[in-house]
Amino acid sequence: MGKIKVKLFNYKKQNDYKWAMTIDLDRCNGCGACVVGCQAENNVAVVGEEQVEHGRNMQWLRIERYVEGTYPDVKVRFLPMMCQHCDIAPCESVCPVWATYQNPEGLNVQVYNRCIGTRFCGNNCPYSARFFNWYDSKWEKNQENQLNPDVSVREKGVMEKCTMCMQRIRRGKDLAKDEGRPVKDGDIQPACAQTCPTNAITFGDINDPHSKVHDLAHSGRAIRLFEEKGTHPAVLYLKGGSGNVY
Amino acid sequence: MSTSSGHAHGSAEHKAAFNDLTDVEDIRDPEAVPEVVRSTYDDADIFRDEKEFNDHTLRPMFYTTKAYFIFVIALSLIMAQGVATFAVQTYYGLGQTNMHEPLFWGSYIATFVFWVGMSHSGTIVSSLLRLSHANWRRPILRAAEAMTAFSLLVAGLFPLIHVGRLWRVYYMFPLPNQRTLWPQFKSPLMWDMMAISVYMVGSMTFLYVGLIPDLAIARDRAIANNNWRQHYLKFLALGWRGSNREWMVYNKASLFLAVIILLIAPSVHTIVSWDFAMTMTPGWHTTIFGPYFVVGAIYSGVAGVVTLMIVLRWLFKLDDVIRILHIDALGKLLVVIAIIWTYFYVNEYIVTWYSHKPEEAHMWAWQGERFPHLLWIMLGGSVLNIFLLSWSRVRRNVYMMFWMSLLVNAGMYSERYLIVVPVLTRRDNPFMWTDYLPSGTELSIIAASFAYFIFLYAIFIKLFPIVTMADVKEGVVISGDMKIGRHSVRVQARE
Repeated sequence: MGKIKVKLFNYKKQNDYKWAMTIDLDRCNGCGACVVGCQAENNVAVVGEEQVEHGRNMQWLRIERYVEGTYPDVKVRFLPMMCQHCDIAPCESVCPVWATYQNPEGLNVQVYNRCIGTRFCGNNCPYSARFFNWYDSKWEKNQENQLNPDVSVREKGVMEKCTMCMQRIRRGKDLAKDEGRPVKDGDIQPACAQTCPTNAITFGDINDPHSKVHDLAHSGRAIRLFEEKGTHPAVLYLKGGSGNVY
Repeated sequence: MSTSSGHAHGSAEHKAAFNDLTDVEDIRDPEAVPEVVRSTYDDADIFRDEKEFNDHTLRPMFYTTKAYFIFVIALSLIMAQGVATFAVQTYYGLGQTNMHEPLFWGSYIATFVFWVGMSHSGTIVSSLLRLSHANWRRPILRAAEAMTAFSLLVAGLFPLIHVGRLWRVYYMFPLPNQRTLWPQFKSPLMWDMMAISVYMVGSMTFLYVGLIPDLAIARDRAIANNNWRQHYLKFLALGWRGSNREWMVYNKASLFLAVIILLIAPSVHTIVSWDFAMTMTPGWHTTIFGPYFVVGAIYSGVAGVVTLMIVLRWLFKLDDVIRILHIDALGKLLVVIAIIWTYFYVNEYIVTWYSHKPEEAHMWAWQGERFPHLLWIMLGGSVLNIFLLSWSRVRRNVYMMFWMSLLVNAGMYSERYLIVVPVLTRRDNPFMWTDYLPSGTELSIIAASFAYFIFLYAIFIKLFPIVTMADVKEGVVISGDMKIGRHSVRVQARE
């Protein structure tokens, strides 16, 4: 698969950003720090034991565990899974109200205020990375004080998913604009990348040839999940000994 | 002019002509002819005297028993609990259902597809029979068309019940707004909404236009009896007087609408199937879904018409209007559709089996393992139908037909459930594999939807004439006896 470069309107020419993320599966040890970091940063609801039993565990980022081999020769593999921010996203075209669309920087964004909860996007997402607010999220007393003021708390009946920490991208771009320069590599770090103790997650502008993400994507280890679906995710997984998409 | 073979009827002249015949069959005494179902249909059989006919067919409308009120109150109670459950669900959130990630659609959508399917036969059967000048159609048109209109009304509720934020559902309508943001016409749901709205308007118009001459009959009756129904009947009958010009316009309009409806109806269920087929979800993403859904819809719809006819003729003593002949003819239609339907099953299952893809094989295995009863009702029911309904003895047995038609729709409901649910419980990502059964909330709302359909129908019967009287009379007017040599033959004029 060739390099996908999103080019839309003149806006792109001025800010040629294309956000991407690499996750090194050989470095991931499944500790789950990214999950907690994501939950804290993005005001993701803690749904409670009962709802988790119903299968309504809300985690924008989850660690999927796959066991390979039979006992005693067992190997466990971890796969951090979140919205893959597909360039050709199946969820976007099915939303009847434009609640989800591709933004000019290659991110797949969700407009909570526009969502009416038909849940068609969730049905069409092969990664099952979209989550629905089955109930209003509840916060215990004093817990609301730790909500992130930059992120809205979602109402019942809307879909939500990983935004690649849109609020941090916005802040990084604003800072760069104040200083009259483009965003430098490393200016922006999503909560999961910041939290990862093994540095498995890297975020950056893949259109910038000097960025770390660009290097990793071209390291010969990058794969995309469900490549055969033709969705062209912006999230690349790095895995030893496997094929390369770039 | 085309002719249809004749039967013995009242007049002495007729009998004389009848006795002159030398055929073995015809030399029998006409009075002694046993009550058998004849292959041709003659409306004169039920229409002897206009007043008697009007009395008989308007009786369900003007004469109401106590049992009717009890029945309607019972239906209202079922509906009331459904509305209450829905209110709770809207207030607290869709967590009241058993849906969860990644199974975002469940029994609501299955029921929605079921009701849209049910709506597919009334108008198709009606317009097909109108266009093909099938003479036996006349008395049953209204009952079939009303079924379409009401099942669409019920189906239209389900998207509303299903969405997360009911209070924002107008975002789907193309309303002008300050952000110049329009609905997204790339989404199959958008097409779906458009198609169903068009079909609803079309089938309601079809029903109403067909009603006008009968409304006039009912209006005159209501005014004569000073019945309260005169108020809306006067308005709805549009001052129909039965002049030649009115009939001309009426015939033109109903022909035009019949053609339009016949074109719209298959497109509607194709578009409903695209809600599934246009996704990239394995198990849904198949090109066969369009025709598969349309045939399935007609199958369940015709079975629905059969059930309804049998209930109507039993409840309102319309045995002489909705006759064994109609049940028989609809039964034949059911066999044809059941054969086409089974052909689709064969395609779907055998082709998949032959291609031997492990994913697909797994999907079928999972269906069989998780929902074997539904699979058996669906497959077994349709095969059983082909065999049993091929017998005229079964088709002419009202009890058999009643249970067979219910079996068809039980199978079709299972089919919709099997399309929606097992696919979503086994998505691409094996980490998210799950299981699902509807919750009490879902079941009570679905039960209320069935009650709502029956309720609408029950109310309709009391407000509007259920038998297409004008069409029956037309059939009588355009037919007569004609002498060909020594033979008197029943003939019918056709445009």
